[in-house]
Amino acid sequence: MAEKYQLKSKEVWDGNMAASHALRQAQVDVVAAYPITPSTPIVQNYAQFLADGYIDGEFVMVESEHSAMSACVGAAAAGGRVATATSSQGYALMVEVLYQASGMRLPIVMTVVNRALASPLNIHGDHGDLYLGRDAGWIHLIANNPQEAYDITLCAFKIAEDQRVRLPVTTNQDGFLVSHTAQVVEPLQDEDAYKFIGEYKSLNPMLDTKNPQTYGAQTEEEWHFEFKATQHKALMESTSVIDEVFAAYEKLTGRRYSRVETYKLEDAEIALVLMGSAYETAMVAVDKAREEGIKVGLLMPRTFRPFPYNEVAEKLKNIKAIAALDRSAPMGAMGALFNEVSGALLANGQSAIMTNYIYGLGGRDTTAEHILEVIKETDKNKEAKKRVTDLQGFINLRGPKLSFN
Amino acid sequence: MLQIRWHSRAGQGAVTGAKALADVMARTGKYVQAYSVYGAEKRGAPMSAYDKIDDKPILDHSKWMKPDYVLVIDPSLVFQEEIADNTNDDTIFIVTTHMDKDDLLNIAKHLQGKKVYTIDAIKISQEEIGRAIPNTPMLGAFVKISEIIDFDEFLTSIEDILSKFPQKIIEGNLRAIKRAAQEVK
Repeated sequence: MAEKYQLKSKEVWDGNMAASHALRQAQVDVVAAYPITPSTPIVQNYAQFLADGYIDGEFVMVESEHSAMSACVGAAAAGGRVATATSSQGYALMVEVLYQASGMRLPIVMTVVNRALASPLNIHGDHGDLYLGRDAGWIHLIANNPQEAYDITLCAFKIAEDQRVRLPVTTNQDGFLVSHTAQVVEPLQDEDAYKFIGEYKSLNPMLDTKNPQTYGAQTEEEWHFEFKATQHKALMESTSVIDEVFAAYEKLTGRRYSRVETYKLEDAEIALVLMGSAYETAMVAVDKAREEGIKVGLLMPRTFRPFPYNEVAEKLKNIKAIAALDRSAPMGAMGALFNEVSGALLANGQSAIMTNYIYGLGGRDTTAEHILEVIKETDKNKEAKKRVTDLQGFINLRGPKLSFN
Repeated sequence: MLQIRWHSRAGQGAVTGAKALADVMARTGKYVQAYSVYGAEKRGAPMSAYDKIDDKPILDHSKWMKPDYVLVIDPSLVFQEEIADNTNDDTIFIVTTHMDKDDLLNIAKHLQGKKVYTIDAIKISQEEIGRAIPNTPMLGAFVKISEIIDFDEFLTSIEDILSKFPQKIIEGNLRAIKRAAQEVK
């Protein structure tokens, strides 16, 4: 039986430590991982907890991230609670198996510390890896600070393992800006955290040899489409379970999470849409802009997938000009948030003047002052009642101004 | 918001020092952020670490800051002009050096006209802890100069934070902290 960890009501943890304590408290049966910067400490802390007797489960060191996710798939199909952690290149190497995990409906939880993708090699934060996994059939949850990294990871197990969902979940936190930034975290005591997640309920476990099951079968044109449509349906309909889990978590902790987070949006005329730690930095910018009389608010999809398109449109229905900020190299298109938000508005018969900004690639610093400039540009569009700024701009990029129209 | 920037070489304990200070201040009910900025470098490369301390939750996740205090724990980095970046006339510098302040300022011209305190944190850590890990003596000097927290309360918190270490290490660190508080000038 695992030892109880002595926790204070307030700890000072970075995002990595917060995520590793959430994994420990979930009493995961199997963690298979291959450490990579900046998520290495999650795996390192977890191994330390195991060595110190705080964990009963298995910890499997493997030879690559492809193997890590493959071992997770095997352990989850066998019938256990399974988790791992990765970043960037490790995430990229896992991609093939991410699709296998979701296709087999295995409720694996992966704590992702977001980091740029090479080349050029870079260890710092952006959402390149998150966007790479966008269509992999996982639920993607976003955490903006260490407290959220802890909370959201606990919620992730309860969402993933719900028999109405049975899908893998990633919890995302920004490399270094969250993962290596120590802040005050109020953790649950071990027994309360475990009670919230609950005992793992297996479904069609392969280790039940009296009831043989097939995982990852071959289906050609006669059944593949139905499998993928069913999987998509489960992902789309996971929203009600996510809402339930967030509500239960609020009841337990007083901390409220929503699939769509907003800040000062109620009376806003313009809005910024963004995800990750910059959402909080943008709150500082919004407060400054409001002192100057600009009615601006913020919106963040807490669930990047399933994308809450109707809720996003509803929240933005009175907004006249919107800037979508993407922390990923768009490579030949507008950023994903621009496209999703534009689509969400159109699907609901709405429109707003839309612009796209790319920021923070490879850990480039994005300050409240930078975001304030974006707010002022967006306000110009609102005042002119048409787009007078560039369609796609770049925040805090060195060299000559780069933009696309 | 109080903002503190540490200058160090990787391996000298600036990150641990910044996190320990954040931990100490969080115990008094403050909100904190402690983080560092470094690349993929190895031990010995210059790096910086940061503390933000406030009465309300800290939302700004940008790395940029205008420090109220600059703590330099490596004696050679004192001579790098970057330690004065984004500082103003009120910024207080506490720097590790074996030199007299006047001799130091003759060479480190970027510190002339600034509020500078000196402490030989390397020597103190070598003599009291047995290793050149100058982070805890710097904390002692910082708490003495800033009066950010009652010194005895600080010692109690630090002793608890260090409790995972052997008794000899804890005692050495506490001696180093007290000595630094006396010797900083």
